[in-house]
Amino acid sequence: MIRGLSLPERQWALALSVALALLGLAMAAAARQGPMAVHGGMALALGLGLIFAVGGALYDGDAPADRAGRYYDDPTRFGIVMTLIWAVIGMGVGVWVAALLYWPEATPLWPWTSFGRLRPVHTTGVIFGFGGNALIATSFHVLQRTSRARLADALSPWVVLIGFNLFCAWAVTGYLMGSTQSKEYAEAEWYADLWLVVVWLIYFALYLRTLARRNEPHIYVANWYYLAFILVVAMLHIVNNLALPVSLAGTKSFTIWAGVQDAMVQWWYGHNAVAFFLTAGFLGMLYYFLPVRSGRPIWSYRLSIVSFWGIVFFYIWVGSHHLHYTALPYWVQTLGMTFSVMLLVPSWASAGNAIATLNGAWHKVRDDATLRFMFVAAVFYGLSTFEGSFLAIRPVNSLSHYTDWTVGHVHSGTLGWVAMIIFGAIYTLVPQYSGRAEMAWPRAVEWHFWLAVSGTLIYVVSLWNAGITQGLMWRAYDQNGALSYSFIDSVRAMAPYYLLRTLGGALFLGGAILCALNTRATMRAAPQGVVTGDHPLAPQPAE
Amino acid sequence: MLRLHYNLEKLSMGLVVAIIIVASIGGAVEIAPLFTIDETVEIPDDLRPHTPLELAGREIYLREGCYACHSQMVRHLADEIDRYGPYSLAAESAWDHPMLWGSKRTGPDIARLGGKYSDAWHVAHLIDPRAVVPASIMPAYPWLTATLDTKNLSAELATLARLGVPYGEALIANAARDALAQSRPESDGADGVRERYGEGVAVRAFDGDPARLTEMDALVAYLQSLGTLTAAARDTVGQEMGQ
Ligand code: HEC
Ligand code: HEM
Repeated sequence: MIRGLSLPERQWALALSVALALLGLAMAAAARQGPMAVHGGMALALGLGLIFAVGGALYDGDAPADRAGRYYDDPTRFGIVMTLIWAVIGMGVGVWVAALLYWPEATPLWPWTSFGRLRPVHTTGVIFGFGGNALIATSFHVLQRTSRARLADALSPWVVLIGFNLFCAWAVTGYLMGSTQSKEYAEAEWYADLWLVVVWLIYFALYLRTLARRNEPHIYVANWYYLAFILVVAMLHIVNNLALPVSLAGTKSFTIWAGVQDAMVQWWYGHNAVAFFLTAGFLGMLYYFLPVRSGRPIWSYRLSIVSFWGIVFFYIWVGSHHLHYTALPYWVQTLGMTFSVMLLVPSWASAGNAIATLNGAWHKVRDDATLRFMFVAAVFYGLSTFEGSFLAIRPVNSLSHYTDWTVGHVHSGTLGWVAMIIFGAIYTLVPQYSGRAEMAWPRAVEWHFWLAVSGTLIYVVSLWNAGITQGLMWRAYDQNGALSYSFIDSVRAMAPYYLLRTLGGALFLGGAILCALNTRATMRAAPQGVVTGDHPLAPQPAE
Repeated sequence: MLRLHYNLEKLSMGLVVAIIIVASIGGAVEIAPLFTIDETVEIPDDLRPHTPLELAGREIYLREGCYACHSQMVRHLADEIDRYGPYSLAAESAWDHPMLWGSKRTGPDIARLGGKYSDAWHVAHLIDPRAVVPASIMPAYPWLTATLDTKNLSAELATLARLGVPYGEALIANAARDALAQSRPESDGADGVRERYGEGVAVRAFDGDPARLTEMDALVAYLQSLGTLTAAARDTVGQEMGQ
């Protein structure tokens, strides 16, 4: 990895590593104890590790002379490895917390193993660790191919990836130690949030600088989605996380938002984390990998324009559908509901566009498990957006909200759509980077596909049943006008569904582990640095 | 239109600006009006802020992720009002940084929990939920018997005061002392707590042992305060029923 850097870049890398180590030292010294001190220690250790790695290789021969004439894929390769590591951690914790709901006595009596602390480890681990690394890694690949230009420099992609993973590691270890802002999907404390802002700005600058070097007149549609992901996530992250730390030398902070404003800001953030993290970015992935893998151009260019702007405009309004019948003003709830229903149009336009792209390539879908992952992703994308619009309708929401139906819906999107498209992209990229026609164990891809599909179906169907049962039990009245069931009756009724969900999740996790092992085997068997069948880079003047 | 877009695709900064504008409209329309808190949320006269002990309990509630299973928002629906009590008003959480409305009810809503059970019930339930409710799937929290750390409470109240929560100088200066005194009804400071936070504040040894101030004291004090910081919700719903 370091061999790909030129000498000045290595010197910069060394300087940045020293800066990171000093930052960690300063944090640890200022806080002296508690989560912030531990996080300072982690940054210090990472900084020192990087100093040794870079310092040791400082004068190890120059960067390859012809590197300007090649795409820079080392960061993407690292990003894929991190994606898979976080997949195993995040989904492993997911299966574990799912099991705890069936078998609560299994919790060891250590505070950090408790359900309430592990649940955000799961959500952050899969959304940011698994999803985020996949987005950043693939965005580098897609950006270079569709622009026919090499990344603007060789250092900032590493800053982005390493910095982002440090954020994820700070966040999840913080929850284990009990440090949390409690805002869903934004639980990390103030200093981690600030750190992410810095990383994100570097990411955005890298994206724009590379686009500026492009050798294609047009910016391909996948990049619009990646750009929307980067920009809007920055906006959401900054506004939602505005907070006042109790002390600069401590972890604890209070959000500046309170009560109903906080609820609105939180769900404006929360739902648009779904929209711009878990949807827009992944649509960018879909718009690149589906045509590449199926060998067919995107079905309709017009439809892709309409659905892009529709998604960017409509999604921002819908967060208030999380707050139906609450103390949020009624008109805001109504706006949220209305826009949620309208959102179905651009969502189905995207899903339809993807599926229509496969016309003429159905035999490939049948034979190629990788393309099948992408096809199933598009189908689940269509299904979950339909379900989402439906759940946003006020009377439906009165039944579904607070129940496991929501969790079922979330996972039909995250397992069926997000994870499937990621696996499709990984199975496309890894052989390509390893100079092979296919993965080391092609049959394992087939196995993974069926594990993933059956795991998702078991998960989602059991939680539909769970959620609807819960919702109906909570609102049931007997002839005398009294509530029919106590709350604990509904808890008892959940047991079989929670067990089934754990099983479905375990199948899905099994597939993910298979993918990680398969990737390792493929990367190890690679003749270094050969990329076959790639889109040609535009000829470059010598550096 | 298509022509325009055709050209827009050639301009990366053009796309950036267009995305920012298009993505800002919805948020601006829905969130901006809520900023004028005085007009959106009428603060009832009897609303009191959390005492330092309750605030410490709230932080334990965050730390342990209780909000992942419990909501604190009774919706305006007949069965919820029958099951939990008066529906929640915006004013009740006006000083909550952050709000804890929640999004999932693996356990019941607890917006109206205060006074529903005895302190001893809560202590037993938190230490081992299944000893009290055999079918419960709530985790056990035996480590809550640890001593409560009160040294940051003053700084925390001061931070909240800067964000608009009405903690005056006396409340900030006495925060740690008030936390201790609220769990020691016999101590000299107990009157001070009532004086500063109102007669309605519960002053008891919440965990049953006045000798030691524990995290359990704080959490139970917080749980018992839920829904009792103002009578506004009861009054509003009472009036609606009366009509
Ligand atoms: C895994 C989900 C889960 C977590 C986390 C959780 N609870 Fe519970 N809680 C439940 C369930 C289920 C019940 C209903 C059964 C029972 O009473 O034990 C319950 C009941 C309760 C009750 C009784 C409510 C009533 O009206 O009967 C209280 C009080 C309570 N929990 C407090 C807490 C506190 C405080 C925490 C954090 C320290 C917490 N819970 C964490 C699931 C959870
Ligand atoms: C191995 C597969 C998985 C299992 C077993 C699993 C399990 C769980 C469990 C048990 C919860 C808590 C539900 C509750 O509180 O009742 C949860 C929540 C959640 N999970 Fe997963 N999960 C898996 C994969 C994923 C993936 C891949 C993603 C995203 C990319 C994801 C995103 C989420 C989100 C966003 C929530 C919060 C849902 C909400 O608040 O409504 N999960 N998951």
